[in-house]
Amino acid sequence: MSNLLDLLVAGLATGAIYALVAVGFTLLWQTSQTINFAQGEFVMLPAFLMLAVMHAGAPFWLAIILGILLSLLLLGLGFKLLLVDPMLRHGVLPLAIATMALAIGMKEAVKQFFSAEASPFPSIVPAGDVSILGRVVSLQSLGVLALAIAVVIGLTALLNRTSIGHQMQATAQNPTVARIIGVPVERMILLTFLINAFLVALASLLITPIYLAKFSSGEVLGQAAFIAAIVGGFNQVRGAIAGGLLIGVVDNLAAAYVSTQYRAAVPLILLIVIILFRPQGLLGRPEERTV
Amino acid sequence: MTATGKYLRIVLGIAVIAALIVVPMNFNRYGLYILSQWAVMTIAAMGLNLTLGYAGQISLAQGAFVGIGAYAAAIMTTQGMPLIAALAVAIVLCFAIGWILGYPALRVQHHYLAFVTLAFSTLAFLVFRNEDWLTKGIYGISNIPRPNVMGFATNRPLPFYYFCLGSLGIVSLAMWWLIRSPWGRAFVALRENPVRALSLGIDTRRYTLMAFAIGSALGGVAGTLYAPLTQYIDPVPFNLSLSLDLLMMVIVGGSGFFFGPFLGAMIAVLLPEWLRFTQGYYLMLYAVAVMLLLIYSPTGILGILDRYLAERRTKVASALRAVAKSRLETAP
Amino acid sequence: MRSGIFAGLLLATVSAGAAFAQGAPIKLANVAELSGGGATVGNNWKNGIDLAIEEVNAKGGLLGRKLEVTHADSQSNPGVARAQVQKALDNEPYVLLGPGYSGSVKVTSPLAAEAGIAQIMGGEAAELTQGGNKFLFRTSFGQQSSMPKVAKYINDELKAKSVAIVWVNNDFGKGGRDVITKEFAKYNIKIAADISTEAGQADFAADVSKIKAAAPDAVFVYVNEEESARMLKELKRQAITVPLVGETTLVGQKVVELAGDAANGARGHVGLTTDAPVDLVKAFREKFVKKYNYVPDHNGLKGYLAIYMIKATTEKMGKVDSKAFADNLHGLTIKAASEPGILMDVTFDEKGDIDRQGFLVEIVEGKQVVKQVLPKLN
Repeated sequence: MSNLLDLLVAGLATGAIYALVAVGFTLLWQTSQTINFAQGEFVMLPAFLMLAVMHAGAPFWLAIILGILLSLLLLGLGFKLLLVDPMLRHGVLPLAIATMALAIGMKEAVKQFFSAEASPFPSIVPAGDVSILGRVVSLQSLGVLALAIAVVIGLTALLNRTSIGHQMQATAQNPTVARIIGVPVERMILLTFLINAFLVALASLLITPIYLAKFSSGEVLGQAAFIAAIVGGFNQVRGAIAGGLLIGVVDNLAAAYVSTQYRAAVPLILLIVIILFRPQGLLGRPEERTV
Repeated sequence: MTATGKYLRIVLGIAVIAALIVVPMNFNRYGLYILSQWAVMTIAAMGLNLTLGYAGQISLAQGAFVGIGAYAAAIMTTQGMPLIAALAVAIVLCFAIGWILGYPALRVQHHYLAFVTLAFSTLAFLVFRNEDWLTKGIYGISNIPRPNVMGFATNRPLPFYYFCLGSLGIVSLAMWWLIRSPWGRAFVALRENPVRALSLGIDTRRYTLMAFAIGSALGGVAGTLYAPLTQYIDPVPFNLSLSLDLLMMVIVGGSGFFFGPFLGAMIAVLLPEWLRFTQGYYLMLYAVAVMLLLIYSPTGILGILDRYLAERRTKVASALRAVAKSRLETAP
Repeated sequence: MRSGIFAGLLLATVSAGAAFAQGAPIKLANVAELSGGGATVGNNWKNGIDLAIEEVNAKGGLLGRKLEVTHADSQSNPGVARAQVQKALDNEPYVLLGPGYSGSVKVTSPLAAEAGIAQIMGGEAAELTQGGNKFLFRTSFGQQSSMPKVAKYINDELKAKSVAIVWVNNDFGKGGRDVITKEFAKYNIKIAADISTEAGQADFAADVSKIKAAAPDAVFVYVNEEESARMLKELKRQAITVPLVGETTLVGQKVVELAGDAANGARGHVGLTTDAPVDLVKAFREKFVKKYNYVPDHNGLKGYLAIYMIKATTEKMGKVDSKAFADNLHGLTIKAASEPGILMDVTFDEKGDIDRQGFLVEIVEGKQVVKQVLPKLN
């Protein structure tokens, strides 16, 4: 029993990481029908941007700020203007494939220009453990969990309480109607790309001390986030969070009680079952578009 | 298309086939290996082209189907069974799995096939790796024999290349026939306008499923050739990245064009060769090139060519019209 | 029309791969995992090779001739490795270097043997040198020689009766796990838990909780450096205090750097490490860091040693003779005193396996401390 509790806590900590990455994934899908197969690499890159700034002699806090700004510029604005905008008219599939190519390009670029080796990364959360109800939990995991919760509250508040949020929702639900009633649709879409870029930079900052900075670290993360988004609900922020936490827990329980050799299979089987019986995801709403 | 154009194409086609047979005769072993690899990858890409290019479905599991075919061949031929038996098993297995996978996915939204096949791809890798009793796990299966075809041993590189080329020829003919059959026309109708296809009475789901299952079976065919080509297989080459590579081949060559996979596979297999001078940068350049190509022409290189030819035809036609018109006007 | 153009291109490109004329430089061919899952292995190996060649050439080359190497990328894929090795062999190199993955070595070594060209590789799987291949040479201990030392240590020094094994599920990890499982059986050591992990795995909570439940006397950890670091952190968090034993990948400087004080107390057998208390190795490490700005893992050392193996063998023969190379390397002892580039005295046996001194080390306050030097056998 105590073992089970430990696994649950550890699973939630890992799941929070997946959730953070999955949120941006669903945002992009909602506003611009972008399936971003490079989302994992989007989380890998900001850490390297920050490391590069630090190697140039800047202190950590400055590296964080510059890293986030660079992410907004490259992964938000640049990604939208250079890849998504020109591709969107071709439909969902060519863009999805282009993001796969982008993922390869980003990995190779980091490997060539930085290193094929893993690098340690400083933590903004002190590296210690705390005891909660007799369970030992690392502060880093708690930090990720807290941020994931903050993101959900923040995004939900933004979407439901502010006028910009309402405009974003309108854009997501029906861009044509939104345009007619005077919503600046283009600006709203750009905003979601910037939010995604900000989220991946934050995720990178929190995750990299645990995962280490390595060109390939986005692969595992991207796939987990992808599964989390679909399981939770491709068109809901809270769905992505729930999916992420669930996948984290399921992964840990599978390793403990099913088989370590097949641990990666269990979330995938869950994914297939969800698509079979509840294609809109656990918390998602059914999509009207069928073609 | 004029009659001379048609004859020109036939002559060119025969010349290419003759060249593929004659020119490699004095190639070194590496050249033959690469050409054989090209033939095998082309078959797998052709299957994916049917799914993606003709039926408009994205599959991320073609590499896994190649793996299933390769394991069928490796397991059965190392037990002394003939390759043709393995081929039959691979085709049936891949077709059935394709059908079962596609069924739930296509019941809902179209892009869900991508998600399901992504999951399947990793699941297949785990089975290849973990089921030691069947696949010898991570250590892989070595000493895979090359087949005897009608009494001829294909152990040497040249006969084995001809074996691959012959297989490619048979698959190409079958594909040529398929896309000209009523089925093939239904596939295209689906891609062009699903709603209209539905209203014309085409059972869209069944045809999409069929395209995916046949495409998967061709992945299996490629796999049964891949195993005797490398003569050693382990699970690693059949992970998600092979599926992504095959997808890129189809896209780069030109999805929905008959010759797209031929061109795409050639670029993918020979690219490291061409870009050798860029040293470690070739994959990066490839990625950038694919993105640029997709932005410019989502139907790949042959799409560009097609557009160019279409434009020229319109230009010629309008020029003719203009001439005719001016004649009319100058006439008294 | 279009089919004609691309077929022409295809044939033109393939036929362009003809061999170069045998010029003054000695040609070596390296095929390694420069991209894909083994990129870290392959790039270290390549950098080690480049560094050694630069040194040899700076000192006037080998028998007055410059060394020249071509690097080809196997993409960590045995099928591609086979193609690239075939290509390298068609160009008749003096010696073939690589690959690093055991699977890729397995598929390429028959080709090199058939061509009669010696292949110096990085694979560590036990079976590679057991098949009677006369042209294949290791650069490090195979698992069949390193694992018995670890098992003996666990039995003799730690007196453990039950051990949990944690391994990474690829050919490296599975190979080590299979060999040590046999060794444990010899000592009647019980395997309390047998846990496979994934390359790139980040969350070891479930794995460690399994170890905790099994309550073994010791834990044997055989995963790559980064995963070792994460594993050590998790073991510390879950307060597992039994001895942690491993190989180079558990007690290397890289792990200490990544795991911080969680690495303290980890111990293991180390065959080839930049942390070895040997002056020549320390000097190598400085040179490597100066050139590439990072501390190499054992693959960097392996690539470096491969070149000096070629140098020593060729100088012994007094000529550049590809056909006689393998025969001359078999049974050869290379002394660091006469060939400093080899770093430590080494002997090659008839199978291509190596004999060299090894170390049992423990991490104490973030430093690798050598507890015992395991001498060279002959």
